Amino acid sequence: MADPLVMPHVLEYPGGYTRSVGPVIGRFLTGLRDGRIEAVKLADGRVLVPPTEYDPSTSAEVEAEGSHWIEVGPRGTVQTYTWVAEPRAGKHPLTKPFAFALIRPDGADTALLHVVDCQSADAIRIGLRVAPRWKNERTGHITDIEAFVPLGDGEEPEPPAVHPPAEDEQPVTGITVETRLEYRLTAGEATARYLEGLGQGKIIGGRAPDSSDVYAASRGTDPISGQATTVEVEVQSSGVVTTFCVVNIPGLSELAPEIPYVSAQILLDGANNTFFGLIRGVEVDDVHMGMRVKAKWADELKPDHTSILWWEPTGEPDEEYERYKDYL
Amino acid sequence: MRDVGIVSFAQTAVARDDRHNETEMLVPTIQAAIKQSGIAKDDLGFVCSGSLDYLQGGPFAFVSGLDAVGSWPPMRESHVEMDAAWALYEAWVGIQSGEFESALVYGFGKSSPGDLHEIMTLQTDPYYMVPLWPSMVDMAALQARAYLDASGKEESDLADVAARSQRNAKSNPYAIRSGDLDAKQVLAQPVTHDPLRDADIPPITDGTAAVVIAAGDLARSVCERPAWIRALDHRIEAHALGVRDLATSDSTTIAGERAGVHDGDIDVAELHAQFSHEELILAEALGLDGDTVINPSGGPLASNPVMSAGLIRMGEVARRIIAGEAQRGIAHATSGPCLQQNLVCVLEGN
Repeated sequence: MADPLVMPHVLEYPGGYTRSVGPVIGRFLTGLRDGRIEAVKLADGRVLVPPTEYDPSTSAEVEAEGSHWIEVGPRGTVQTYTWVAEPRAGKHPLTKPFAFALIRPDGADTALLHVVDCQSADAIRIGLRVAPRWKNERTGHITDIEAFVPLGDGEEPEPPAVHPPAEDEQPVTGITVETRLEYRLTAGEATARYLEGLGQGKIIGGRAPDSSDVYAASRGTDPISGQATTVEVEVQSSGVVTTFCVVNIPGLSELAPEIPYVSAQILLDGANNTFFGLIRGVEVDDVHMGMRVKAKWADELKPDHTSILWWEPTGEPDEEYERYKDYL
Repeated sequence: MRDVGIVSFAQTAVARDDRHNETEMLVPTIQAAIKQSGIAKDDLGFVCSGSLDYLQGGPFAFVSGLDAVGSWPPMRESHVEMDAAWALYEAWVGIQSGEFESALVYGFGKSSPGDLHEIMTLQTDPYYMVPLWPSMVDMAALQARAYLDASGKEESDLADVAARSQRNAKSNPYAIRSGDLDAKQVLAQPVTHDPLRDADIPPITDGTAAVVIAAGDLARSVCERPAWIRALDHRIEAHALGVRDLATSDSTTIAGERAGVHDGDIDVAELHAQFSHEELILAEALGLDGDTVINPSGGPLASNPVMSAGLIRMGEVARRIIAGEAQRGIAHATSGPCLQQNLVCVLEGN
């Protein structure tokens, strides 16, 4: 059985996070797609790369069109660096050890961050001359430059492979960035007690020592007083529907394969807060506030939310509004 | 300007807390700060927190955090997605404006559940930098190298800072690491993020901190010797690393001048320097000399609860003033990669 105290968690936007880049960044990325590093000359004469929509010193607007756009590089000079001995799989652009560096392209007054593909940590230094190694397939992305590489005296940079433009090719307007973060979350004491209870067919709540208010499931505190809910209290797996919602959107819950279905707040007997659950075993149109319901437990109990499949009517008379009016 | 003082301070820090969630970690800290303040919870005029949703990978960490305060009846509350030092700034401005007389300020965060060094990549430019995934430590190392090159300092200077931090931390019960370390031992460690070694990089820390601040007469009535906030200023620099001079910190210099750092003796300075070189850059930017004790707690190199570590700098200085061990000190907090944004606070006893 999994340790109910700890849960793996992934924060990820499937397919990547899609961003509109705007005309200024879009022009720079279009340049990369075509094998050029474009920069902008600011009002004070400084040449900014990579360009932003604003002058980083004055916040003055940088126009997307005009003679202030110039090409810089492709040669550049390392301003500062660090060595990455263990690349992060799926994240870093190179799979073998490399350097991160701030690189000032010739003709620019600022530096851009990129990776330098060199043989060893000893091969990178401030002042090192580098040039881009372009990808053959370029889409308008900062990684269209696969890496910068050291450039020997008198050595010519490798020109980019010609980007064959599609007939209807447009400037770059957006990028997709994949983001995945992995976690190992700790439930906490109160939630762990609650989850362990579910695995035994019980709903465990808690209360603070100086209060009679019981919270199920507690996240560890009485939210009114801020006191820790250190006293364990078992509440009933029955209660009253306080409010509910008819859901007509398919695919939101694996526990509700068909629409429409009802999700509800349920004031459990013995608890002083409401509990979220799905209502089944009754026509959607017959669900109402004040209806008495009980938990339908799964045959196989586990220390997670799947132990309660849904809630169904008990057949008891409705509760009076007075019983639950403070929990709406 | 109204007199506003820190009247209480509490903190917790461990390397990894597998028993408690963030809210549960906060409970004892908030209770200790309120109890120590002598101000009843219901009498506090304002509550403000600093936290970061990405630490747990879920939204609205601050809403859960409020469950550790107890927010009924409804209270006046705010939150910053920054270190809680900026929450204190917001609370201080509110008291200055006469909106309320006291405030509870707290920060919390567990860095251990995720990969903090990757999470911090997401605060960088999403078009030009995030796709390359420079980690928090990679970016710091770029600044460290730029600083060494421009200043002529050596890796041994970094090692001096790292070793002193752990020696100072021996008296700090919240230190994640401490000991009789010397620079030679630091230099014997392998370089992991050129030019940085393990001791130059802050330890992963789960932790919380809370302070109560109060205006003039209220502060005097509950605390024999409040740590008066004489000035607070914060400044920010450009987002892109490649447009800044990473070897210096102009924003810190300006914030320090505007806060009047040198309008009196500085007994103690607690700097939110997460990396060895950051302490050197900040000390230079603030013009600190050998008369000022820097990071007597050991600083973030000894204990670095993200979202609290800046507020803890204020608490550590205030604690010494309240106890009569120091008369005047400065606390610094930072946010963003490579010291992008810097806050300087001058604290003083009676």
